[in-house]
Amino acid sequence: MKRMSKLNKIAILAVLSIGLFGMFLQSCQKGEKATTDKVTELLGGGATFPYVLYSKMFDVYHQKTGMKVNYQSIGSGGGIRQIKEKTVDFGASDAFLSDEQLKDFNAPILHIPMCLGAIAITYNLPDNPQLKMTPEIITDIYLGKIKKWNDPQIKALNPDVKFPNLAINVVHRSDGSGTTFGFVDYLCKVSDEWQTKIGRGTSVNWPLGLGGKGNEGVTGLVRQTPGGIGYVEVIYAKQNGLPVATIKNKSGNFVSPELSAITKAADTQIPTDTRVSITNTEASDGYPISSFTWLLVYQEQNYNNRSEERAQALVNLLWWMIHDGQQYASALNYAPLDPKVVKLAEDVIKSIQYNGKNILK
Amino acid sequence: MKLKLLNDKVFKNILIITTSIVLLIGVAFFITLILESTSSISKFGFKFFTSTDWDPVFEKFGALPFIVGTLLTSFLSLLIAFPFTFAIMVVLGEYFTKGFISEVLRYLTELISSIPSVVIGLWGLFFLVPAVRFFQITFGLQPYGVGIFTASLLLAFMIIPYAASIAKDAMRLVPKDLKEAAYSLGATRWEVIKQVMIPYSRSGIVAGILLALGRALGETMTVTMVIGNSHFIPKNLFSPGNTIASVIANEFTEATGDLYLSSLIYLALVLFLITALINLLGKYILKKIQINH
Amino acid sequence: MNKTSFRRIKNDTYKLGLILLTIISTVPFLLILFFVIKNGIAVINWEFLTSLPKPIGENGGGIINGLIGTGILIIIATIIAIPIGIITGVYLAEYPNNLLSNSVRIVSEIFQGVPSIVVGIIAYFWLVKPMGHFSALSGSFALALILLPMIIKSTEEMVKLVPADIKEASLSLGVPYYRSILKVIIPASLSGILTGALTGIARISGETAPLLFTAFGDSFFNINIFKPISSLPLLIFNYSISPYQAWWAKAWGISFLIVIFILILNILTRILYKKI
Repeated sequence: MKRMSKLNKIAILAVLSIGLFGMFLQSCQKGEKATTDKVTELLGGGATFPYVLYSKMFDVYHQKTGMKVNYQSIGSGGGIRQIKEKTVDFGASDAFLSDEQLKDFNAPILHIPMCLGAIAITYNLPDNPQLKMTPEIITDIYLGKIKKWNDPQIKALNPDVKFPNLAINVVHRSDGSGTTFGFVDYLCKVSDEWQTKIGRGTSVNWPLGLGGKGNEGVTGLVRQTPGGIGYVEVIYAKQNGLPVATIKNKSGNFVSPELSAITKAADTQIPTDTRVSITNTEASDGYPISSFTWLLVYQEQNYNNRSEERAQALVNLLWWMIHDGQQYASALNYAPLDPKVVKLAEDVIKSIQYNGKNILK
Repeated sequence: MKLKLLNDKVFKNILIITTSIVLLIGVAFFITLILESTSSISKFGFKFFTSTDWDPVFEKFGALPFIVGTLLTSFLSLLIAFPFTFAIMVVLGEYFTKGFISEVLRYLTELISSIPSVVIGLWGLFFLVPAVRFFQITFGLQPYGVGIFTASLLLAFMIIPYAASIAKDAMRLVPKDLKEAAYSLGATRWEVIKQVMIPYSRSGIVAGILLALGRALGETMTVTMVIGNSHFIPKNLFSPGNTIASVIANEFTEATGDLYLSSLIYLALVLFLITALINLLGKYILKKIQINH
Repeated sequence: MNKTSFRRIKNDTYKLGLILLTIISTVPFLLILFFVIKNGIAVINWEFLTSLPKPIGENGGGIINGLIGTGILIIIATIIAIPIGIITGVYLAEYPNNLLSNSVRIVSEIFQGVPSIVVGIIAYFWLVKPMGHFSALSGSFALALILLPMIIKSTEEMVKLVPADIKEASLSLGVPYYRSILKVIIPASLSGILTGALTGIARISGETAPLLFTAFGDSFFNINIFKPISSLPLLIFNYSISPYQAWWAKAWGISFLIVIFILILNILTRILYKKI
């Protein structure tokens, strides 16, 4: 055994441990301070569908107010789970909670609409032709009944496109997702078979296909897989140069997921708690797979020893997002909220309380 | 003097308390898994292992597809890894036990096992997946790229150095006189390896394989990135699938229902028990070998 | 004669074949290294190392949040695991055969093989849920659970290696037991223990699975251990499964940093190892 001098070793160990311990103490102190000092950080998690918009909004908000909003896009299912477990200040979801889910929460939970988005059907074919699709074709592809791209049904609808003899690679989400909810909610409305066999939810029992994590993962898989087809928030397809299909809506028009078509889809009666599904819209020029996306917060903000400052900071953020924040939506292909909906959202935010008292007067 | 005696006592108490804490953590770990999975266990029981439903909408959960996926990837990776493991074992255990080549090889294999699995997954995603897809297109298969086979290749690559280093140690334990006796009978080196060394170090090789299997069963990130995350029993080796670990990684933070979450933990409990058993068995064999020498 | 030469040829063929297989088995590793270096160096610059991520679709931005996060996660994990690990290791070496040490040895061996994702679940239930939020601390705890058995094991083995006469000599000189351990046994086995610790640190620095639902991630700069924190492996995972080329490039850059860090730890370990 070759040895360093004993003293040396002890010295090294001592220096190391003192250094580490010091850092530990320091970080502990900082932790304590942060709970009493001014709130500088809010934590949110959930939907990947509006992540592009949120990351822009929160970046601007940080520059303007210094408030850090840490948002992790873990999927709408995750947003619902984590707000239920109270591990985040707000959850984000593109699926509103069902009455049954609301009962599972032991405190009233509020939905605040943030923007509208469209779920696009994107695909990977040679030369990326522009395709038309009907609800029936989409359902059959996702039920595994149409297996090849040169299927007569697809060909008949798109006579100008030369389809290769290529298998359709169905891609869906592997995680709990509001995009999935919007998509299957649509399929349930257009197909009885889907409604009875598969149902709707943030995760469903897919009859076939590959799973990608998040809108990012699905886009990535479709992009990498020849013959792939997937459903993603329209911005993800656009940013990656993937084509999107025009879809036949209830009135029989083929509509592409443009902003105006999304806004039109939302032109219906909206309840005061804003929980509404706008898929398969009646509007004649509306895109049929559109959806609101919401932030979820507790109505009573005094839980888990949260400070009033924190609740105030959260309310300020929400207020900013439905007003000033809206200007960033269109550039990123999300439809901003209609003034009518902003009014509803304002009322919801005003009902947020701390110790039973309204935070916003 | 009295003070010193007290210190000795205190010191020993510190030792015992700290060690007990470790024991407590271990026991509590196990209990937590059981408690959190109770509702799923009582609802599904053993049917959990034979059902192929994984349906969060209707709250029906069965783990068969993931169990099949886990077993397929693990054993396929063992199969792929075996010839290479064997080669490294013999090369490092007999041909080059000392010197430059042995050092370089040993260092390389050590480095391989320290590369984080997420980096290997990254490489798999951008090199191996396109390569496998190219192969699938050439042979007219569904061009998934991702899937059981791709995951097994990466796993094999990750477990080779681990299994080889354990097996190689066992080979080096073969007594010199045993080998020399064989040589003196006119045996070639290969014959000595095949007829003396391998039978002698058999249990070490088995231990290496077992411990590598334990590792393959629980590997998460690499698999999650390239397996395709599909909830079906794979139709063939190129199908996408899911393993127990990858399904937990994908769904744990977002399981919305209590039963859903509980079922994921049930899966974790199963994975924990299997890997614990395999590891203990592997370590037990290794210990027996050590005692024999 | 003929038979002998056949046997000799067989002997040589096998040797050649096995060496060939061994060389082939290192090819993927060299490929990974090549990819990581080639794609990694291209994105590493000052901005990458020192700035925060930008919103998707905007150019530039860096990974300082992950760099700091990984540093903090490793440091806290080490602080938790090293003292407990060394003390437990000493106990196992000093009292090798009682009920406590035998059960702890089994626990430690099981822990060495527990899939890291399961450790993450435990950290979620023990820390994230009771604390009410994700935190760096819960991530560190999960990493510490992975590090702990490695330190226990290397300590136990190293302490056992210290010749019994050294301890006896010290005891017979009237040095109390605890001082013999602290001043003689532990220093004598220190470089061995450190080797084990460094190997363990190299391993946890790349761990991703247990951080998915503990450290969670943070796109801002954070050094508070009671808050969520980003980490390099998490960033690699998130970036690599995204559809953005700019993010893929970042994933390679981060991989490069981690691999370099692990190589340095490896070299350090080898230097220490030679000292034993």
